[in-house]
Formats: sequence, structure tokens, C-alpha cells
Amino acid sequence: MFQIFFREVNSFLNSLIGYLVIGMFLICIGLLTWVFPSSSVLEYGYANMDTLFSLGPYILIFLLSAVTMRSFAEEKRLRTLEWLMTKPLTDWDLIFGKFLASNLLAIFSLAFTIVYYFSLYYLGDPVGNIDSPGVLGSYVGMVLLSAVFCAIGILASSLSNNQIVSFLFSIFFCTTFYIGFDFLAQLFENGSIVILIRQWGILYHYESLSRGLIDSRDIVYFLTLIGVFLLFSKVALNKRTW
Amino acid sequence: MGIKVNNLTKIFGHQFAVDNVSFNVQSNEIVGFLGPNGAGKSTTMKIITGFLPPSKGKVFVENYSVSDSPLQIKKIIGYLSENNPLYEDMYVNEYLRWVSNIYKLPSMVKKNRIVEMIGLCGLQNEQHKKIGRLSKGYRQRVGLAQVLLHDPKVLILDEPTSGLDPNQLAEIRGLIKDISQNKTVLFSSHILQEVEALCDRVIIIDKGKIVANDLIRELKSKINKYLIVEFASEVIEDDLKKIDGVVEVIAKGKYKFQLRSEQGVEIQHKLAQFATDKNLTLIEMKLVENSLESIFSQLTKEQK
Repeated sequence: MFQIFFREVNSFLNSLIGYLVIGMFLICIGLLTWVFPSSSVLEYGYANMDTLFSLGPYILIFLLSAVTMRSFAEEKRLRTLEWLMTKPLTDWDLIFGKFLASNLLAIFSLAFTIVYYFSLYYLGDPVGNIDSPGVLGSYVGMVLLSAVFCAIGILASSLSNNQIVSFLFSIFFCTTFYIGFDFLAQLFENGSIVILIRQWGILYHYESLSRGLIDSRDIVYFLTLIGVFLLFSKVALNKRTW
Repeated sequence: MGIKVNNLTKIFGHQFAVDNVSFNVQSNEIVGFLGPNGAGKSTTMKIITGFLPPSKGKVFVENYSVSDSPLQIKKIIGYLSENNPLYEDMYVNEYLRWVSNIYKLPSMVKKNRIVEMIGLCGLQNEQHKKIGRLSKGYRQRVGLAQVLLHDPKVLILDEPTSGLDPNQLAEIRGLIKDISQNKTVLFSSHILQEVEALCDRVIIIDKGKIVANDLIRELKSKINKYLIVEFASEVIEDDLKKIDGVVEVIAKGKYKFQLRSEQGVEIQHKLAQFATDKNLTLIEMKLVENSLESIFSQLTKEQK
């Protein structure tokens, strides 16, 4: 597994992909948080990081779909996947290696935004007037959320050998799981059904974590989602239809 | 030991890619695996390496069953697939180091093996280049180096010389000959001279079925030989037929004949004697052998 992980990380760093993803994420989120008036913290007047945590996931959907779309699709097209599968590696080695590598990239991009926390900490009046547990919970949520997006991207990539197809698949499934269920819930009026449907979506659990309370039910939800998507990827790879 | 394939069948949809194929490759034997395109060579090889699961039948490599212990088998097999896929963004050296990590070679062994393989495969000058920049011949060498890193007991080489120019062909062929000592090798190709030069035994497969599994020597003894003779003047055909050992005479030109003798009987000196007796001038006498190619096309056409 570590061989695959290292090779993936190396290929992110040797090609432009890694730098592009981190750079684009930071530029987008930086402009949204500090520059554009409609979402800027400075205009808004409250020392919180809601812009990052509410708009960040949408940027991550695009960037992580772009990162993961090549993971299996490209290897299938170049037939290096066939080569890898004749090496003493299990399918799980390949899936986890690639999953962890794209995850690392996501965590790395998020890590830079910790600077925002310290900026807001000192910009607050009085200094330190920021909901630190809420920020921590949101970061945990962001990391888990990007792990789910990576798992969805890996699945999409293992379904097709066309990168564009897997990119579109990935965006579709990520959006569906992130906000799709909330939109679906709007169709109903009965409160308990609304909650039942919302619970299927990522946003419900992400918001719950953002309140600063790290609930094991939310963590289990995220881990289950990751497990299911990776399991489906294994099934897709086992079919050997390429 | 070696490779044992028992009643192997692989069905894609409704098509039998491999149909009830059985053969053995002994330890330290080099066997050529021949067949026209689409005959099922690559599919059989992919099943032996554990990449594709068989529909029916069993495959054993060094007494391990492919379906029961795929990881064990992948450790002892070196497989070079037909199109030799490589990671083009990696440097040769880096790539070999990475592959040796996949096989979890101990770090001391690893260094030595990489240096040894770079030497053996003639990659000294290319080791710091990106794989994507190498020519086809050098890519094939990187492919071979990578296959040999973990010193596999069994080598499965799927058309290792396809698409190479004649010089590269000779080099790669020589390389395969060097490395295949003390290894069990199953080697596929559609170039017959190559198989003849490298292998002792050949398995010919067509439309998923084995049509021949013989020592090359024996296969060659089945080859028809005939004599082409040309005289300077008129000869009576029936006189030629009377020569001891001649089975068949076919007129090929004005004074030219094609003679076929009984299996293993030499008739050249009798023919010379005949010419002197009849006071004829022999212009040409040529022994013609059907090549392995003709046997190959004969065997693979019979099925149609």
C-alpha cells in the first residue's frame, strides 16, 4: 500500500497537479474570505470562518474530483493497472494507496487555511473572540468531508476509463451526497421525514460537527460512507472489464 | 514444478477465448507459445499470471494454484505484458527502485539487483532519463529489467519483441536468451525464427485450442522435403519415377521436375547416377524444405 501511496504523492509533486490544486484552492478561498465584499469576513464584521467552511466544500468538490479522476481511469487507459495487478499487491493496496494520497493533498490544502484562524483570532475585538471549538469541529468535518469526496472520486474513476466521464460522475455524486438530500427533503412537509432524509446527506452531519461537538454518530456516518464507496471501487476493479 | 495448465477455459460473453487447453512447462525449460493474433495466447498468459480469473480449469505455477494463492504466484512470476506499460513520468532508476519496493526486496539486495539489471539490460546511459523519453527498444529493456528485478523463477513474456526494428530485435532476443538460463520461460511470439532460435519446444494455439505441442526438432521432421531438378535436355518423366525412393514426380517446367522421396530417404546421389547413366546434363539440383512457417499456417488453417 505504501508503495502505491508514495508513487501517487510523487506524481502529484512531480507534475503540476499537486501545486495547482493547493494553489487554486487557496486563491479561491482567499478571495472569497478576504476580498469579495459579499462573502468577506472584513465586511461581515463577525470574527468567524463561516465563509471557508460553507464555500470550501464546493471548491473541494471540483478540485478533488479533478485529482481523483485520473487515479484508476488513467491507469486503465495506459494499461499500467493490468501491470500493477500482476505484482504482489492486493486490490485494497491500490485503492487505499490512491485514496490516502489524494486525501493527503486535501489535508495539505486545508492546513494552509489555519492561518485564517490565527488572523481572525487577533482581529477579534477583544482579541481571541472566536468560537475555537466550533472551528476545530468544522476542520474535523472538512477533513472527513474531503475524505468522502476522495472516496467518491476513486469510485468514479474505477467505473470508467475515460477521465472526463469519471470527473462528471464524481461531481454528480459528491453534490448529491453533499446537498442533494437537503434539496430532496424540501419536497416534504412532515418534520420527521425531512430529518430522516436530511440525515442521509453529508451536510446534516457536517453542520452538526461545525457546532463544535464531535459526535461519534457523525464520525461513524462519514467512515461508513468512505468504506462503502471504497468497497464499491473494489467491486468495480474486480470486474476486469477493461 | 514449472507451469501446469489443466483444462483451462476462458469465456468472454459467448466467445471461447481459451477452450479446454492443457499443457505443462517443465522447470528450466523455454517454451514458445505461438499462434495468430486473437488465438488466445495473451488470455492464457494473463490467467497464468493471476490477472484474469479462469472460467474453468486449474493453473499451477511451481505447485501453487493460481486461484488459491495469487499473491504467492505473483511473487515468483515475472510477467512482461504485450504492450509493456510503463510509468512515463518516472526516471528509469527511480522506477526500478520503486518496483523493487513493491517486491519488498531487502535494501542490500535491492541496490545490487538494480545495478545488476541496469548492466544486464544495457541501461547504463539511460538510467537517469525519463521513461517517456526512451525509444521503443530501451523501453523494452526497462520492461525486462523490471521483470527480472526480483529474480523470478518463472518468466511469462508476451510478445517481447513486437514492434522492434531488426537491430533491436536481435539485441532483445540475445538478452532473453541470456536471462532465461535456470528459469522456466513461456514466451509468446508470432515470429517463428525467433521461437526456433530461443526455444526447444513450441506450443501452437489457434482459436483457443492447442493445435501442436512438440519439440521443434520433431515438428521439423514432419516437414516435407523435396528436390527440384532441372536437366539440359528432354527427360522421360516415367524414368524419373523408376528411381529407387522416389514417390512423386511433378513437372515444373520444360525440363524441370519436383521430386518427393520417401520420408528420410536421400535421393540426390541416385539422381546424379541417373543423369550419368542416361547421359544427361544436370543444370540444377536443389533441396527445398518447407519452413516452420508453412507448418504453422498449415496447422492454423486446418481449423477453419
